[in-house]
Amino acid sequence: MHQTEFNYQRKDLPAGFSKYGLIFLVAGIVLAVASFFIDQTRAAFNYLIIYMMIVSIALGSLFLIALEYVAGAEWSTPFRRIPEFFAGLLPVLFVLVIPLLFFSHDLFHWAHEEAIKEDKILQGKAPYLNISFFVIRTLVFIAIWVLFYFILQRNSRKQDTSKDQTLTTKNIRFSAAFIPIFAITITFTAVDWLMSLEPHWFSTIFGVYYFSGTVIAALAAVTLVVVVLKEKGYFNPWITDDHLYSFGALLFAFVNFWAYIAFSQFMLIWYADLPEETFWYLTRWEGSWVIFSLLLIVIHFIVPYAMLLSQPSKMDPKRLKFISVWLLFAHLFDLFWLVMPNMQPLKKGYIFSWIDLVFPILGIGIVLTVFNFISRKENLIPVGDPKLKKGINFHL
Amino acid sequence: MNKNLYGFAALFKTPDEIIEAAKKTAEAGYQKYDIHSPYPVHGIDRAMKLKASKLGFITLVFGLTGSAIALLLMYWTMSVDYPMIIGGKPFFALPAFVPITFELTVLLATLATVIGMITFFFRFPENDHPLHDTEYMKKVSCDHYGLVIEAKDKLFNETKVRELLNSLRPLSIEEIYYPEKETYPVLETKFVTFLILIALLTSGVTYFALNKLLYMQPFTWMMDQPKLNPQKQSTLFADGYGMRAPVKGTVARGFLPYPFTGQNAPTDVLLNPYLPTKENLQLGEQKYLTFCSPCHGNFGDGDSRLRGQFPNPPSLHSTRAREFSDGMIYHIITNGQNVMPSYASQITREERWAIVNYIRVLQRAKNAKSSDLQVVNKETGTNASN
Repeated sequence: MHQTEFNYQRKDLPAGFSKYGLIFLVAGIVLAVASFFIDQTRAAFNYLIIYMMIVSIALGSLFLIALEYVAGAEWSTPFRRIPEFFAGLLPVLFVLVIPLLFFSHDLFHWAHEEAIKEDKILQGKAPYLNISFFVIRTLVFIAIWVLFYFILQRNSRKQDTSKDQTLTTKNIRFSAAFIPIFAITITFTAVDWLMSLEPHWFSTIFGVYYFSGTVIAALAAVTLVVVVLKEKGYFNPWITDDHLYSFGALLFAFVNFWAYIAFSQFMLIWYADLPEETFWYLTRWEGSWVIFSLLLIVIHFIVPYAMLLSQPSKMDPKRLKFISVWLLFAHLFDLFWLVMPNMQPLKKGYIFSWIDLVFPILGIGIVLTVFNFISRKENLIPVGDPKLKKGINFHL
Repeated sequence: MNKNLYGFAALFKTPDEIIEAAKKTAEAGYQKYDIHSPYPVHGIDRAMKLKASKLGFITLVFGLTGSAIALLLMYWTMSVDYPMIIGGKPFFALPAFVPITFELTVLLATLATVIGMITFFFRFPENDHPLHDTEYMKKVSCDHYGLVIEAKDKLFNETKVRELLNSLRPLSIEEIYYPEKETYPVLETKFVTFLILIALLTSGVTYFALNKLLYMQPFTWMMDQPKLNPQKQSTLFADGYGMRAPVKGTVARGFLPYPFTGQNAPTDVLLNPYLPTKENLQLGEQKYLTFCSPCHGNFGDGDSRLRGQFPNPPSLHSTRAREFSDGMIYHIITNGQNVMPSYASQITREERWAIVNYIRVLQRAKNAKSSDLQVVNKETGTNASN
């Protein structure tokens, strides 16, 4: 039961990571650029969805790392490198955000000066919702995330060679500082990029709503990579059924958490029935959007809930692989549902366009390529971490 | 084999030893054995090769029962049996039912889990176990780890089990026996007499407390007063009613009876005592929108705002309605017509006349004369023609 001997040999990631990453990236960029020429607004909205999806995975992963340090969790130490690689997407956000800032006029109603002139509500919100402050906020937030990413990741990697235990203590302190900052920045990010698409609407729980989806996306991405790499023998003696069960249990918990938050937001608005709040849901009940709204409940809650309910299903690698792909799609669908109905031509109902299918390809390409690039020379297991042994011998 | 033997119990000092012991015992093929430890040992269920507990199915079934009961209860009470409009929501308001459904699901699921665990797994009514009051139990509930192989096991063989346990190198091996059953004679005269006396005493005290003591009032606190209550009987008057009708031929202050009640049209001419001044028309508009517009529509077109929940009245712009005298309209509001009930109790006389004036304005707006246009042109300074 106990593995006392531990000799880890670094192996390159399977070739598929770089091959498919490049194919997806090139195809994605070509199609995305083409779609920008065909329908700029629609492409901008779709790009925003993918951008937020990448923020979810990257920032959520950084949160998982910080959570491990703060909670003193041992079970997640053996695979902590995977969220570290995903968090490596954070510096890339500086590049990814540029097109969005250029197309902010297409995305945000409040960016139109003539619209503000006629609108008292927008005038009131103008000190917060204006382009310059918006850009500063966005860049400062990304800078903060990147700063914490570099600190946590550098200390973690230094430990591989130095085996210095004080680096863990340092990371615990930085993680404790990061978590409240994370709470604030993610709330503002959700408000800025998703809620302000409909600048007349407001919901105080919206930041938490986005956070719940974020953690699901990051956890699902990490689960998927860990299960795939374990099947290919990368993690073999070290990641056991007990680790997999913990993945399943956490995913299950956050699926419930998402449903709880989503329902809390809906029920309060539905019950109070105030026109300034309900119109946001009514837009998503208009025309064919009603199908999307109902599908969201099925995709994001009912199916994963049923699939993760029983104990054996939480540690079945096949089931976990399927459900983590499913949940990644569910979060993407959630973002689609949040973003797309705000687009003016789609307000009365969904109209299909091939542009909607292009951007997920780009997203997969970016994530795979960056993941492969960052993990090239790194150990897949933090071999110097003092918690590693306990993490490997983790039992439920 | 000794008939009273429950099993062999072995004590160990460390959790690693007990995991090793559990593994060996499971490998030897024993089924009826158990591990005892002062706290949950990680990895023990896998070492013992325990199958997943069936308890989850009880939880699932009762949880679903809870959801079904909650939904059916709320559907029956709030949508079928006694539908009430609450906050303008539909009778079957699913979002409002979700929290209650969730609560009942969790309640039934947890209760069923606990009760199911106690009855099926702990064999509830049985409150004794051979391991109770043994040195073994004292040790394993403090700082030792124990393994018991029961004599009920098919493979049980005293020498073999002893061999196996010895090979695990325990601190000690104990033989555990079923305790001897103690019996008490139930039908002893003294006991039965005592029982009957207690029963009589309890019944007497209960009867006194529930039927007498509860109704003794130390203070009445003015609860009983000699006064007349509305809608109540009274012995003060010969007819037995507490409420009195007004004396015949009298009229209450500020109230004039309407002389044409129940007639199709007033026999005498009713004249509008109010001029259509701005204030009067504003009052009329407000009252019209409150009381008339739900059926007649905001502009008197008969396009009810009730969306067909009630038969739509004819338009107020018909020739017939336009040729009504002011008094006739007043009469209809006061007396009602066809499906329309009397509004005399909701709308005062002044307000009724103001509504009449306002209806005249509406009718004129829909059937304007060319002279009206000249007035408008004069007021606004434009030069529109028809």
